Amino acid sequence: MNVVPGRRRVNDFDKESEMTPPTPRQIALGALVAASLGLGACAKRAPESLPPEPGASTVTDGAGATDPYATGAGGAAVPGTQAHFETAVNGQNTIYFDTDRYNIDSVDAAALQVQAQYLAQYPNLTITVEGHADERGTREYNLALGERRANAAKNYLQSVGVAANRVQTVSYGKERPVALGSDEGAWARNRRAVSVVVN
Amino acid sequence: MMKTLLLLGAALMALPAIAAAQDLGAPPPATGAVETVEEEGGLTGTVSDESEWQDLGIAIPSFATDRDAPTAANSAGTAALGRALAGVVYDNLRNNGLFKPTGPDGLPRPAYGEITAPAWGIWGGRGAEMLVQGYVRAGADGRLTVGCYLYDVSLQNELARAGWVVQPADWRRAAHRCADLVYSRLSGENPFFDSRIAYIAETGPKNARVKRLAIMDSDGANHRFITLGGSTALTPRYSPDYQRLLYLSYVDGNPRIYVYDIGTGRQTLVSQSRNPTFAPRWSPDGRHILYSMAVNGNTDIYRVPATGGQSVRLTDNPGIDIGGSYSPDGSQIVFESDRSGSQQIYVMDADGGNQRRISFGAGRAATPEWSPRGDQIAFTHMGGNFRIAVMSPSGQNVRFLTDSWQDEAPTWSPNGRIVQFFRTERGSGRTGLYQVDLTGRNERRLPTPADASDPAWGPVLP
Repeated sequence: MNVVPGRRRVNDFDKESEMTPPTPRQIALGALVAASLGLGACAKRAPESLPPEPGASTVTDGAGATDPYATGAGGAAVPGTQAHFETAVNGQNTIYFDTDRYNIDSVDAAALQVQAQYLAQYPNLTITVEGHADERGTREYNLALGERRANAAKNYLQSVGVAANRVQTVSYGKERPVALGSDEGAWARNRRAVSVVVN
Repeated sequence: MMKTLLLLGAALMALPAIAAAQDLGAPPPATGAVETVEEEGGLTGTVSDESEWQDLGIAIPSFATDRDAPTAANSAGTAALGRALAGVVYDNLRNNGLFKPTGPDGLPRPAYGEITAPAWGIWGGRGAEMLVQGYVRAGADGRLTVGCYLYDVSLQNELARAGWVVQPADWRRAAHRCADLVYSRLSGENPFFDSRIAYIAETGPKNARVKRLAIMDSDGANHRFITLGGSTALTPRYSPDYQRLLYLSYVDGNPRIYVYDIGTGRQTLVSQSRNPTFAPRWSPDGRHILYSMAVNGNTDIYRVPATGGQSVRLTDNPGIDIGGSYSPDGSQIVFESDRSGSQQIYVMDADGGNQRRISFGAGRAATPEWSPRGDQIAFTHMGGNFRIAVMSPSGQNVRFLTDSWQDEAPTWSPNGRIVQFFRTERGSGRTGLYQVDLTGRNERRLPTPADASDPAWGPVLP
């Protein structure tokens, strides 16, 4: 597996305050680069020690039939499960955003390209992108902001060839934090869009 | 027999499934009517000097009863109920910073006959400036008649009186009406105690909060959960007639606004669209609903008749346009938008025309709520701390009412004199409801059985 070293983002809010969305040319170039690196290229790592998703996700709410996080017997992830997806994309199923922003920067783009490659490998899979915000916003606005972030990820996935009907979105606003502190580091980890496999 | 058992089994299995799909508990009981009755006897009068109404010493002794009769409202009978009625009036009046009442504990209890003929010497000797007396009688049909009298002790004058007939279950409403009578007569303001609050009850750790729709009286009594907690519920709003509740639920996995009918316990989607919907609001006459809907990630504000039908899009902007609160006359809507680059407050005509920004200066401004009096807009100001503030409808005269780490989502008392909001504790994420008056000096926490957020104060009950 090829791994690009040194492109680890320590803290999300260190990002440049504003990045323009990628042009089609940049996207094409990015896709090319990602493709040449192969699956699992690590353009960005998630913040350390990401806790498990709180509660049941959208896909499992009420259904309970299949656990998308399940691993196969013996611990090896079964292709098409959330665990397999996360391992295959090297944890890049989550992308992070600056305060109040929803633009896809180059780090996010690389992660989404890796996700797109996985989806290309498993053409029957669909995903839900869950958009989240940190706690330092008002509740209703954060619901809209989470939806905006999830759609930014979805739009990017579409731009690199994932069919629109394979990507759903849902916003949880600030209702489902993964980092529980009330500090910049925690807020950076909560401003995120998480891709989750739908069975 | 076997067939019956099978049917029973099927029914038992089916019931939880229905409950889980809707996440709704049993609907709350219907509210009985409060009938106002004419109080007889005695003279009415007015005080010559009304400037002395603040910090009044008000004595509120136990309400009298003609005979200690059994009642469904109090297991110990109407005498004990009389004490409880005075206790509710006392709690109402002491909790808003305007009055210094003395409650029934430690005060002599007037006899039934003294209610319309106070023992002036006793109350004057105790330094009371005002006196609230009342009685309760149980009728043959079980209903209660409650009388309420306000006296000026130094002038030995009656200032106001009223009486109500209520079902035993509604006995607290008679006490709230009495507190409203006293408050209105002494302050010159409109009443507000006889009203209800919808809110979100929160339990559990920060990363797995259970959020349930709940309702209660304005003083926290008669608390009831509407949803069971199987799915997250947020941002409720009482209809002006208290017959319905708008709120957001994740019951189908996505955030959507539902119209919950309190009488039937059933609910419907505000919009059949598959898009997520947020931030529901009623028009003052209850005939229209505002909601915000995200289409391809872009949120705009829509209006739909409360009876259903065609939605009208009011904003058309690439920014997030969300929320909305009508002016009391229904002609304008104040809402929130980040079209300028950050959350700010805007006003538009009710048809969506003439959109203009009214909040300027440092920081962000969100969750505007138009006062029922029309003269102020309450909002959340974000610049460092999240603070509750008010400003005029033109955006002038911004005044901060609170200063805490995170206060948000103001809602007005029915008379526009008190702002309720929720406060989040840094770190733990624990939440609670607070009230503050327009001076910002009198702030208090409203007790709730669990943590609480998203308060929505309804109008005075019909």
